[in-house]
Amino acid sequence: MSESQKTIEIEVLRYNPETDQAPHLQVFQVPFADDMSVLQGAQYIKDHLDGSLSFRWSCRMAICGSCGMMVNGEPHLSCQTFLRDYYPARVRIEALSHFPIERDLVINMEGFIDKLESIQPYIIPKEKRSLAQGEYLQTPEQLNAYEQFSSCINCMLCYAACPQFGLNADFVGPAAMALLHRYNMDSRDGAAEERMELVAAEEGVFNCTAVGYCSEVCPKQVDPANAVNINKTNAAKDYFLRFLSPKGGSK
Amino acid sequence: MSKRRPYVRPMDGWWKKNPYFVEYMVHEGTALFVAAYAFTLLVGLVRLGQGEAAWNGWLEALKSPLSLAFHAVLLVAILYHTYTWFKIMPRTLPPIIVGGKKLAPATITGGGLMAALVASLVLLGLVWRIAQ
Repeated sequence: MSESQKTIEIEVLRYNPETDQAPHLQVFQVPFADDMSVLQGAQYIKDHLDGSLSFRWSCRMAICGSCGMMVNGEPHLSCQTFLRDYYPARVRIEALSHFPIERDLVINMEGFIDKLESIQPYIIPKEKRSLAQGEYLQTPEQLNAYEQFSSCINCMLCYAACPQFGLNADFVGPAAMALLHRYNMDSRDGAAEERMELVAAEEGVFNCTAVGYCSEVCPKQVDPANAVNINKTNAAKDYFLRFLSPKGGSK
Repeated sequence: MSKRRPYVRPMDGWWKKNPYFVEYMVHEGTALFVAAYAFTLLVGLVRLGQGEAAWNGWLEALKSPLSLAFHAVLLVAILYHTYTWFKIMPRTLPPIIVGGKKLAPATITGGGLMAALVASLVLLGLVWRIAQ
């Protein structure tokens, strides 16, 4: 590191389950360049200062959804967040909020994976169709109805932005609900009634109090808050319409 | 034996940690002022039912400096509540398709604020005419 080399202080929330009772902050001096992402800052620490620093990353181009972390208290993909936007001030990085910390910046995402499974994230056809009948056709309007909600990369920033999930880890939450909505809105799918049981359940959409921050932090403009809130209306409709014509999966 | 010991961070004071959450809490808090105003009007209704003297007493109470100051605070809080209510509205509505295109969030917010303004002016005009 030359004398003229600019440096930036990166403060990292460290946690080693084998030795620490609770997480603590540690400051590193990292050589600063204009084009460095926060992820590259973390990689510099791991490569040159402390090899024990643990964090997830893969693609470096905001598509894999692995490198989400809290940067100065806000959920960001660290690969598309740049140190120059904070320099010369110190930057604090922490594991995504509201998730249990496994180690350093690595969170436990088991609960999230379970939720993804619970919404049946695949097309359940309205009626069986043989190969001979050919492919399903869809108009651009039918594609528009769900396309936005299919852009989710499972980065979990929306969960780190949702205080209701922080207060009740059972809440199905924004991303899983956006994906549920994506399949419900697909003209090829016929399982909206089956999924309604989860939408209207104790852990379903009514945990949401329309804070709206999930949609603010989404790096793919999925607008999960919109999916959750549309399904509040759907659940209420389902509840009242059931008195008129009993049907639906809700118990 | 597993060395895993996932650490769950406490949620104490969560709403103070992000300006977005502070705004959310202020928005939710101003709902109490909306309720307070509704309660004030409800008291007026009860007093009306109790006869002319009670009703006039309520009217007098409304004219006190303390009541005027209270109503000024209510107005500010309710205006803020209205603004933040319509700001979040695009996130809560199903997509509105106009001419094959999704209506922009700003249009929905603007439309909501406009509707609130028009409704308030109509109500004000009606009360004004009745009071004449």
